[in-house]
Amino acid sequence: MSSADEEVTLFEPGDFDFLGRVEYSAAEPLPEYSRGREILSRLSKNKGAAVAFCCIVLITALAVIGPMVSGYRYDQQLTGRDNMAPRIQGVERLGLFDGVETIKTSRGLNVVNKYEKLEGGENVYHWFGTDVLGRDLFTRTWTGTRISLFIALVAVLIDMLFGMGYGLVSGYFGGKVDMCMQRFVEVLNGIPNLIIVTLLIIVLKPGLTSIILALMMTGWIGMSRVARAQMIKLKEQEFVLAARTLGAGHFFLIFREVLPNIFAQLLVMSMFSIPNAIFSEAFLAFIGIGIPVPLASLGSLIADSFKSLTTHPYMIFFPVTVLAALMLSFNLLADGLRDALDPKMKGQ
Amino acid sequence: MKKYILNRILIAAVTLLFILFTLFVLMSLLPGSPFNDERLTPEQVVVLRAKYGLDRPVLVQFFHYVKNMLTGDFGVSYAIAVNVPISTLLSLRLPVSMRIGGQAILLGTLLGLTLGTAAALRHNTIWDTLGTTLSVIGVSVPSYVFGLGLSYSLGFRLKWFPMLYQEGSPFRSSVLPTLALCLFTMASISRFTRTELLEVLDSDYMLFAESKGIDGFNLIFRHALRNALIPVITILAPLVVSLMTGSLVTERIFSVPGAGQLLVQGIQANDYSVIAAMAFIYSSLYIGVMLVVDILYGIIDPRVRLIQEEPS
Repeated sequence: MSSADEEVTLFEPGDFDFLGRVEYSAAEPLPEYSRGREILSRLSKNKGAAVAFCCIVLITALAVIGPMVSGYRYDQQLTGRDNMAPRIQGVERLGLFDGVETIKTSRGLNVVNKYEKLEGGENVYHWFGTDVLGRDLFTRTWTGTRISLFIALVAVLIDMLFGMGYGLVSGYFGGKVDMCMQRFVEVLNGIPNLIIVTLLIIVLKPGLTSIILALMMTGWIGMSRVARAQMIKLKEQEFVLAARTLGAGHFFLIFREVLPNIFAQLLVMSMFSIPNAIFSEAFLAFIGIGIPVPLASLGSLIADSFKSLTTHPYMIFFPVTVLAALMLSFNLLADGLRDALDPKMKGQ
Repeated sequence: MKKYILNRILIAAVTLLFILFTLFVLMSLLPGSPFNDERLTPEQVVVLRAKYGLDRPVLVQFFHYVKNMLTGDFGVSYAIAVNVPISTLLSLRLPVSMRIGGQAILLGTLLGLTLGTAAALRHNTIWDTLGTTLSVIGVSVPSYVFGLGLSYSLGFRLKWFPMLYQEGSPFRSSVLPTLALCLFTMASISRFTRTELLEVLDSDYMLFAESKGIDGFNLIFRHALRNALIPVITILAPLVVSLMTGSLVTERIFSVPGAGQLLVQGIQANDYSVIAAMAFIYSSLYIGVMLVVDILYGIIDPRVRLIQEEPS
């Protein structure tokens, strides 16, 4: 013991050489860890999601600007200008969208350009053509897109307000409350969406209100389940316990302690309900219980032009393309956001 | 296990009763009655009401209604085919829908399995990209957009298949509706197969099976796919829903005389008794499938059952 003590001791001042000093400057802090920026950078690397995002921005811009710049109103019927094929300035010289359409009749093919027959028709342009009643389809398509986008917004709001609240409360209180609330969800979930919507339409008049009401009845169930699962995961954690010890009430614990931790995840989840909502509207319109005329939605435009599919296929082309692009984009963006938020979930 | 199954059956029964109750209330709340005829004297109305049991207490009427619906007596149609029992209409139309739906499921499953397996085995190659792209499109593009495209291209332009359903050639005319319907099934199954198969291929038991010298075919089909496909029953419920909504639209596009078309006609003609009958049939179908899925899943994966039995 004593021998060890003796060995450990003594360093002489001459044993060390001074090699210089490393300067740690405060001017260069470590790169800040920002979750938001990281998610954004991951998202922009996902080509599909980036394209989808651009597509949504473009469609939204057109929906806002389109009806303003076309020079027509969506319910304006122009006499003598029914069933005009699309004609666009500039592009018409290439032989595309020049107002010519080939109609199949019993006497063979019939090539017509209705713009030539129209008085002063050289200066008339209908970019997407006109429908059977002589209404400008460009204006109608983008007015219809507005409705689809509005329904998308409503779907997210319902998800966030109703589904989230329901799930959080159910998960937080647990026990009997949870039991009752979950049985109710199970019963509601057991009824096909289609049936609920159909029955609602019988009671109410077809229209935007009844479509939104129908979405409100069922659209939030998926979200409430996710919110509940997250709440159950988080509510036993230390930070919640700490807040409770400090005397926080139920409301504070649910909305100020737990919610901020899971909000991003829930927001991404709610993105998935957008394509569903847009589809529901288009579907209802197609089976004849959409929004009433002369209002237009993408679904009702498709349903109307379906009747002249074989004679004037251009009428259905644009609304169908916009609808498909919108749904595809929202799906891709939601997928991309989910992957960006949690790379482990990728491909599920 | 018994408790779990009983619980599921109870919930299914409650749901069905809830739907029947809603239908009953809706039907009695609707304005107008069959006895609105001005030529009827009040005495005659009383007699008629007694004949149809409308003078009995509401609760008795409700149980009578439940009994009728459960035994397949859905009443008569008011508008589509006047005074024809709805069960007769259904017996003509349900088989057509069932056949097309069945074909769509079969074709969709086969294509989906092939695509999904190919994508997983050739992970990160052109096959994978192709499969993933197809499934994203299939899940997001509504079946009726696809149906309209098919009807215009293959039906109207190329004339390969009839554009509208012909009673005379039931198989040839069912090709296009089947294709339009199977897209969603194909997409979701291929997506699912790919994800699950990738996970299984990565597992230790696959490495073990491979090192035992099992050949490629048996490796994929007997060891990998069999394990990957157990959870496939979870997507059965969304599939049934997509087939039901899809049938409504595709049957309208191709004018197929099926059950979906009946509901659409009922809605457009305000034929309430038809709508109620279809609502009941679609709901019971859906509830039945959900019940089977829940029970099967409880048997296969005990974890589900345990969570249900001890609510946290």
